[in-house]
Amino acid sequence: MLAPYRVLDLTDGRGALCGRVLGDLGADVIKVEPPWGDDARRIGPFYKDDPHPENSLFWAFNAANKRSVTLDVDAEDSRPLLTRLIKSSHFLIESFRPGHIETLGLGYGAVKEINPSIIYVSITPFGQDGPYASYKATDLTGMALSGMMYLTGDADRPPVRISTPQFWAIGSASAAAGALIANHHRLLTGKGQLVDVSCQQAVARSLSHAPMIWDMSRMNMQRQGPFRPVGKINLRINWECADGYVNFIQPGGHTGGRSMSNLSDWMDEEGVGHAVLRETDWGEIGFGQLSPELVEAMTPPLEQFFMSKTKAHLAEQALERRILLFPVHDPKDVFSYPQLLARDYFREAELPSYTEVSETMKTLGPFISTGSFRRAPRIGEHNREIYQDELGMSDEEITRLQREKTI
Amino acid sequence: MTAALEGIKVLDFCWVAIGPMTTRYLSDFGATVIRVESIHRVDTLRTATPHKDGIPGINRSGYFANYNGGKRSMALNMSQPKARDLAKELAKWADVVTENFTPGIMERWGLGYDDIRQSNPGVVMFSASMQGRGGPYSNHPGFGPVLTALSSHTHLTGWPDRTPTSPYGAYTDFLLPHLTVAAITAALDRRQRTGEGCHIDFSQLEGSLYFVAPPLMDYAVNGRIQTRQGNRHPVYAPHNAYPCAGDDRWCAIACTTDDEWQSLGRLMGQPSLASDPRFSTAEARKQNEEALDEIIGRWTEPQDAFELMHRCQKAGVPAGVVETCEDLFNDEQLAHRGHYVYLDHKEIGRHAYDANCFTLSESPPIYKPAPLLGEHTDWVLREILGIPEGEMEDLRQSGVLS
Repeated sequence: MLAPYRVLDLTDGRGALCGRVLGDLGADVIKVEPPWGDDARRIGPFYKDDPHPENSLFWAFNAANKRSVTLDVDAEDSRPLLTRLIKSSHFLIESFRPGHIETLGLGYGAVKEINPSIIYVSITPFGQDGPYASYKATDLTGMALSGMMYLTGDADRPPVRISTPQFWAIGSASAAAGALIANHHRLLTGKGQLVDVSCQQAVARSLSHAPMIWDMSRMNMQRQGPFRPVGKINLRINWECADGYVNFIQPGGHTGGRSMSNLSDWMDEEGVGHAVLRETDWGEIGFGQLSPELVEAMTPPLEQFFMSKTKAHLAEQALERRILLFPVHDPKDVFSYPQLLARDYFREAELPSYTEVSETMKTLGPFISTGSFRRAPRIGEHNREIYQDELGMSDEEITRLQREKTI
Repeated sequence: MTAALEGIKVLDFCWVAIGPMTTRYLSDFGATVIRVESIHRVDTLRTATPHKDGIPGINRSGYFANYNGGKRSMALNMSQPKARDLAKELAKWADVVTENFTPGIMERWGLGYDDIRQSNPGVVMFSASMQGRGGPYSNHPGFGPVLTALSSHTHLTGWPDRTPTSPYGAYTDFLLPHLTVAAITAALDRRQRTGEGCHIDFSQLEGSLYFVAPPLMDYAVNGRIQTRQGNRHPVYAPHNAYPCAGDDRWCAIACTTDDEWQSLGRLMGQPSLASDPRFSTAEARKQNEEALDEIIGRWTEPQDAFELMHRCQKAGVPAGVVETCEDLFNDEQLAHRGHYVYLDHKEIGRHAYDANCFTLSESPPIYKPAPLLGEHTDWVLREILGIPEGEMEDLRQSGVLS
């Protein structure tokens, strides 16, 4: 969809997802990395746990659908080349701490002089200015300051983050949305602009109704572990089964009622039914209207039943019998999930490695089924293609810049 | 000033969370968004808490209002053939048609992509569903919160010795609109340039996998099954939420370099900690993390969480208060960015809406309150469909507009 557009990607690992999103949508994303490899290549996990810059799996995901050129943006010599790249681009994305890119002479003001219609996207933890703008943020401290952490975890232990980074990824995804909204404005007016993203805000608007509950009812929502409050009671949503966990909730209401009756029928068929499950008229109970007595009575037979089955078996029967039960997948399960396989979601790509390999790996496909896919590039893989074929640089020029370690 | 999406017309059948949050972006940036709703099948979010003064009512939910600001609401009882005819007329008017029903419902109404494009070939249709079209689970019902179970977010959240918790709320519903807005605006761009429309079939599950990519790749390549770690990090230590003064108050602190750790040691008044062999390298700190957390926790416990954060940041140590929702409304940075926007809603009165998480220097968003159910029905009939008053009255009488 975005085939006519070029994106100059100056982000490090923090803003890397933005370019991936634009690349999935067909844009020509050029990742500019220093000759020794991008910072995102230092982020694990790594192939065979060997932290070589060509082995980063974080890179393999985030840099798919990008081309790579090497260029040391700190070097004086890089200016003329950067200017040419900027002139040929429609978007520039960066994720340096506020103020830093200005010291490189690549702030929005300077870039706009070179290319007035460029859309310039800055991804930072808190936005370009304000009292916390210069504060450092990691995924943990970012998730804390955006309200997500307080709401997540077990009630009797400290609040937790999600054990794999979210903060920058959410901000970077929103940056892609902001960039393309700005692009539409450019279609109408011809004008470029600055898109200033705050990861804190991107996460703070991902808290369901919790902030609105504070605004309207002056109540702070609390973390609930594997339970969810429905009406006046807390219902378990994650249950242990024979080989892991499943997600199941009976909140009442029409859909929930039918699902519960179907589950009870299955238990009866297996000879492990329970009177409370069988005799309750589930269709009559409104959403969130289960009594605490009923919840107490229905819980032990359900626990026993789930413990006697594997998650795959429970999930398969849930589909057939229309029960609102889902497997709690671990990463391995995701790769064998029939739905993802049926939709042909995964892609095969060469293993990221600095050695010659013929093996391939499974990797994540584009986020929409009609999207593009090409594997992540090696360091400087497209130098010739871009510098020589597209920007028309001479052999001598390239060799000189290579000798000076600029590219 | 031209709005970024000025002139874009959206016919919006979305409901609950991911769809309405998507179309609110479009509305904020100047598109005309007509939400088709019905009193006979009220959007779940209209009945969800919080309600103004705690009194339920379909026009009183703050949850609904936040995701529907600026849209126009048209009441249509889609079980009536005449209502479906009106919807088909509106589909000719629209540049974008959006929906997130279980696959098959729009087709049953004669409003599938193949139907709409007969009379509107350049239409951009956006369909979001839990698990995408096609495949065995395409029509399996479910609510947003189960997606974190399928994506492995749930498995990766909580404590290694306990049942996993789930990230708060219908978590992925709020991450995915960034991807869906990108896809819709990219499709609009192509349409503007070439006249070509398309159908975007968005699987919420597939989109969610974007946000768990590193552990998925670790399994795909190394065969390792990562699991939940509380607040621990595979490499960094200290890396935790530490107790502070007050009830359930915490400050997150993370040292990503030895320098940051040495700064923290000095700040604690215990510079010798940095040279203590148990803690002098990242590797050693990981090995002795329990002892490390205990020492830091003893230091943080009597301190005010905000003062602690500011002191750490001044010393160059990443720290962040574990903010409650109340804290977010008092957060100086969010206030500086104007994150909570207060608007006057016809029935709720003045209340807060989330602002966008990005600012656009040349085409800022315009925020407006959410509509009452059916508030703009007459406007749509008159201004867009050009239906005369007499005919409108007949439609009203026959219950089509409800």
